[in-house]
Amino acid sequence: MTIKRKAAIAGVFEHPTRLAPDKSTPQLHAECAAGALADAGLSKDDVDGYFCAGDAPGFGPLSMVDYMGLRPRHVDSTETGGSSYILHVAHAAEAIALGKCRVALITLAGRPRSEAMNRSLGHAPEAGFDGWVGVTNHNSYGMVAARHMHEFGTTSEQLAWIKVAASTHAQHNEHAMLRDVVSMEDVLSSPMISDPLHRLDCCVVSDGGGAIIVAAPEVARELGRPIVNVLGAGEAPKGQAGGKVDLTYSGAAWSGPAAFAEAGVTPQDMKYASIYDSFTITVLMQLEDLGFCRKGEGGRFVADGNLISGVGKLPFNTDGGGLCNNHPMHRGGITKVIEAVRQLRGEAHPKVQVPNCDLAVATGIGGSLGVRHGAATLVMERV
Amino acid sequence: MTGPANDTRTLAPPAVNPETQAFWDAAAEGRLLLKHCLACGETHYYPRSLCPFCFSDRTEWREAAGTGEIYTVSVMRRGAGAPYAVAYVTLDEGPRMLTNLRGDLDAFRIGDRVRVSFEATDGGPTVPMFRAAG
Ligand SMILES: [Zn+2]
Repeated sequence: MTIKRKAAIAGVFEHPTRLAPDKSTPQLHAECAAGALADAGLSKDDVDGYFCAGDAPGFGPLSMVDYMGLRPRHVDSTETGGSSYILHVAHAAEAIALGKCRVALITLAGRPRSEAMNRSLGHAPEAGFDGWVGVTNHNSYGMVAARHMHEFGTTSEQLAWIKVAASTHAQHNEHAMLRDVVSMEDVLSSPMISDPLHRLDCCVVSDGGGAIIVAAPEVARELGRPIVNVLGAGEAPKGQAGGKVDLTYSGAAWSGPAAFAEAGVTPQDMKYASIYDSFTITVLMQLEDLGFCRKGEGGRFVADGNLISGVGKLPFNTDGGGLCNNHPMHRGGITKVIEAVRQLRGEAHPKVQVPNCDLAVATGIGGSLGVRHGAATLVMERV
Repeated sequence: MTGPANDTRTLAPPAVNPETQAFWDAAAEGRLLLKHCLACGETHYYPRSLCPFCFSDRTEWREAAGTGEIYTVSVMRRGAGAPYAVAYVTLDEGPRMLTNLRGDLDAFRIGDRVRVSFEATDGGPTVPMFRAAG
């Protein structure tokens, strides 16, 4: 049993807003859903599967399907933080392969710039042991970067290359929050947030959202759009393992090989990669763990513009990524899938479009890399 | 910044529940407890009733030496409570624990030896942080 070519991504939509004080969060979900349905050429009544994660307000899918007037026969609210929506594409493909639905809608939206987040771990089992520590995303990823530098000699200059590449792409994206091309010196001279991560090692905070339509092959074929097939997927939570903490690798070391094996391709076959970029170190860790380079060599791999489209060997995050374009609701997974689909359709900005882009990967790290996180990997092809 | 960076946060008390009450009762007395599994012999952190390695319920509290070395550290320089140092410390008993380092925050390096130091919270039990050993 496999999801290989059992479902296609038929519609995508990235909300153009990055600041939405005049909208509600459910409204953003609905606007994203409408945008993805229009992109696919489908209507709301075609939707019979609905997927959302922790950003969905209220009682998850129960509140949201009622709000949007959906009548799904399959719902899934798997929550793995920002990687949820990459994993949802795979879960939607599984449901479609089993005949549980034919047209699945995935939505993400939120307004962290316009309203304060009030997300507490509450009664999480780890709450008593990390609440007082003051662990945040910044210092959690900072700890991972510090250990990587200690073990492998990775440098701040190498991490900065990841931001330089993202900003080089973002200049062409009219919706990007940060469109200025930055230099390595700009990154290194930006304020230290949590050692060794500078402000420009961190992603943007944006209001907004996105949506994806995953459809059965026979539905997708009728729509007259380029066919983007799901080829393979993997998902892997990783945490503190009862104290056997190892910060030198991420769950992508498990989700990546699973996804590539199911797809029957290798990392080296990829023409384009959407790599989750909550921080620069997030990218470097995943590139190693996915097998684009050996463990410890990520610093050398990302240097010298190797991630810049038209310049390096692995064009990544050609929309500017979370580092420069958009990281709606602190969750970058959906935009990773959306830009990969643009590349596969040949609809990316001409300045960053990869020629003949027929194989791509989208990856996510949700939660917090240094504490507990959920990795997801999705391999796609254009027929 | 003048003088060494120092952690001066007022700490919210830890969330205590029946499963972890003994840990915090000991912490209030300045003792660091770890959970040890009688079935598989492993010691784990944070503490659970059922061993996360073999799922046996034959776990017991054992007092740790309170010494270890820094596995990684990041000093938070901005935002609420900054500066403060978040770290994993590899205890001599094996487990790595998520904690804070106190003292001269800029002086800590990976591999440094550290010793547990129970620090006050705002109305709750003390919490196990670490300071430079010796
Ligand atoms: Zn055991």
